[in-house]
Amino acid sequence: MNKMPTANKLFMLLGFFFLYAPIASLIIYSFNESRLVTVWGGFSLKWYGEMFNNDDLLAAAGLSFKIAFLAATLAVVLGTVAGFVLARFGAFRGHSLFAGLTTAPMVMPEVIVGLSMLLLFVSLQSSLGCSADDPGGLFTRLGCWAFGERGMITIWIGHTTLCMAYVAVLVQARLKELDRSLEDAAMDLGCHPFKVFFVITIPVIAPALVSGWLLSFTLSLDDYVLTAFLSGPGSTTLPQWIFSSVRIGPTPEVNALATVVIVIVTVFVVISNRLMLSAQAKRDRAMQAAFAGKTE
Amino acid sequence: MIKSLLHRWLPSGRTGVIALPYFWLLFFFALPFFFVLKISFAQPDIAQPPYTPLVTQEENTTTIVLDTTKYSTILDEGKAFYHSLFDPETTWEQAKEESQYVVAYGNAIKLALYTMLLTLLIGYPLAYNIARANEATRNTLLMLVMIPFWTSFLLRVYAWIGILKPNGVINNVLMSMGLIDAPLEMLYTPFSVVIGMVYNYLPFMILPLYSTLVKLDGRLFEAAADLGASKVTTFFRITLPLSKAGIIAGCMMVFIPAVGEYVIPALLGGGDVVFIGNKLMDDFGANLDWPQAAAVAVVMLALLIAPIIWFHRFEQKQQEAAQ
Repeated sequence: MNKMPTANKLFMLLGFFFLYAPIASLIIYSFNESRLVTVWGGFSLKWYGEMFNNDDLLAAAGLSFKIAFLAATLAVVLGTVAGFVLARFGAFRGHSLFAGLTTAPMVMPEVIVGLSMLLLFVSLQSSLGCSADDPGGLFTRLGCWAFGERGMITIWIGHTTLCMAYVAVLVQARLKELDRSLEDAAMDLGCHPFKVFFVITIPVIAPALVSGWLLSFTLSLDDYVLTAFLSGPGSTTLPQWIFSSVRIGPTPEVNALATVVIVIVTVFVVISNRLMLSAQAKRDRAMQAAFAGKTE
Repeated sequence: MIKSLLHRWLPSGRTGVIALPYFWLLFFFALPFFFVLKISFAQPDIAQPPYTPLVTQEENTTTIVLDTTKYSTILDEGKAFYHSLFDPETTWEQAKEESQYVVAYGNAIKLALYTMLLTLLIGYPLAYNIARANEATRNTLLMLVMIPFWTSFLLRVYAWIGILKPNGVINNVLMSMGLIDAPLEMLYTPFSVVIGMVYNYLPFMILPLYSTLVKLDGRLFEAAADLGASKVTTFFRITLPLSKAGIIAGCMMVFIPAVGEYVIPALLGGGDVVFIGNKLMDDFGANLDWPQAAAVAVVMLALLIAPIIWFHRFEQKQQEAAQ
């Protein structure tokens, strides 16, 4: 840091000021007595009270947390398999299409993804012919339970598809960095590929899985556009609540909510960063020791 | 006996492992695009679902009707807009008023380009300095870049409303310092939309840049300095060409989603700066014209498919090079 020229230091300061000034202003005005958000009316904690008494907000937050948990978990499962296939399986028929499909959700505009998924669900719904009087066979019942109404399940599927792309990229990158010799050695010793995957690969890429899960959780918790297409009348998520209250006018409860979110996120990121660094250092030492032992 | 039969008929473990994510993506990501294409050739209808079927069956005849009016709406607007550019009678405002889809596509592409260039200009020096710092500092700085990114995207957009509005932070500060008499109009302008996009997309630029810059071999700079290259020469002849991969990846990660942005123009553009994503959402929600929304999406995808494929090819090449 000390070697850095003054101009660079100044630029870094400006850059971080740009990143943090908006967040600081959110936090400061959450303690404002006045409803007019940016006109200072004295220090107050009343918006935090209002936030915790707002039933719509709490219900929306509850639903969002539930969906984010489900989506992150399924995205980690599917994304890990996808990343593993891309990093370790070499070429197979349809490989390039598969590679394209895994990364495309990251850049594809969400309005397109949202609309197309909605049209899929609506088409499924009308071709299944869901009705309360005639539930139909097992297949129809299952289909109608999942797609008959837009709501939690359709949002879950949408978020999972978006998040698994990020997990796949993280896992793929981590696997590419890794020495394959551990996996090869286990395989040579007669270990079944599935066992190798669960006993060797998964523990070694665990940091990528943790960051993939956390990233998916925040992406899902934060998503407005996909949810706008995939949610039904009874399912309002937190971003939808925020979006509609922000559009109505100044809402200090949103500032209070933002402060709570920022505090939780900061604590979480700092702790997980510490844990990941120490875990990585420990593993690197162990690997070094193992390889040093091998060559002696 | 049974075991060998099972082995023959069940797909091998390898195929099964590939099939799991493959089918998910084909069914929930690829297949839906065909429904968008299909419904873009339908007409809106007061029914459930709210569009007409393409295939109708009457007794023994099956008729397929492909209605292209939704595309001609966009195309005709484009033609009219083009002609009005050369027509001295129509003003710029009139031309824009009559060609809302064209203006929305134009706004999205233009402001996404500005956003891409600005994030590159701001992000490159940040990524460069982080990559050159020592390892402990590097980690802390990277974490500082990421923390805002982990907090809610909507809340970060909301923060800018409070800063930019007429009685917001910037205007309050400038007026109390006596630099301006009347508040500046900043919110609900292209400026506010671009600043919101730059703020939110900055990490997408910094991360790919950082990951290429951190891999650069420090000995290259020493060699360049030994051979008498100035810092500026070293930067333009060595650092910049070697970080091309990060620049391209970062630019595409910003540009492509920014073209399809909805939330930022909706909150910071306030109806005055309309992106094509907002037109799509209006057609879908307020106008209940799903075929028009689908046609808008098809045209948007047609515009973006080239950069998307380019980005993908490029990423593939990088992955192969890393192996």
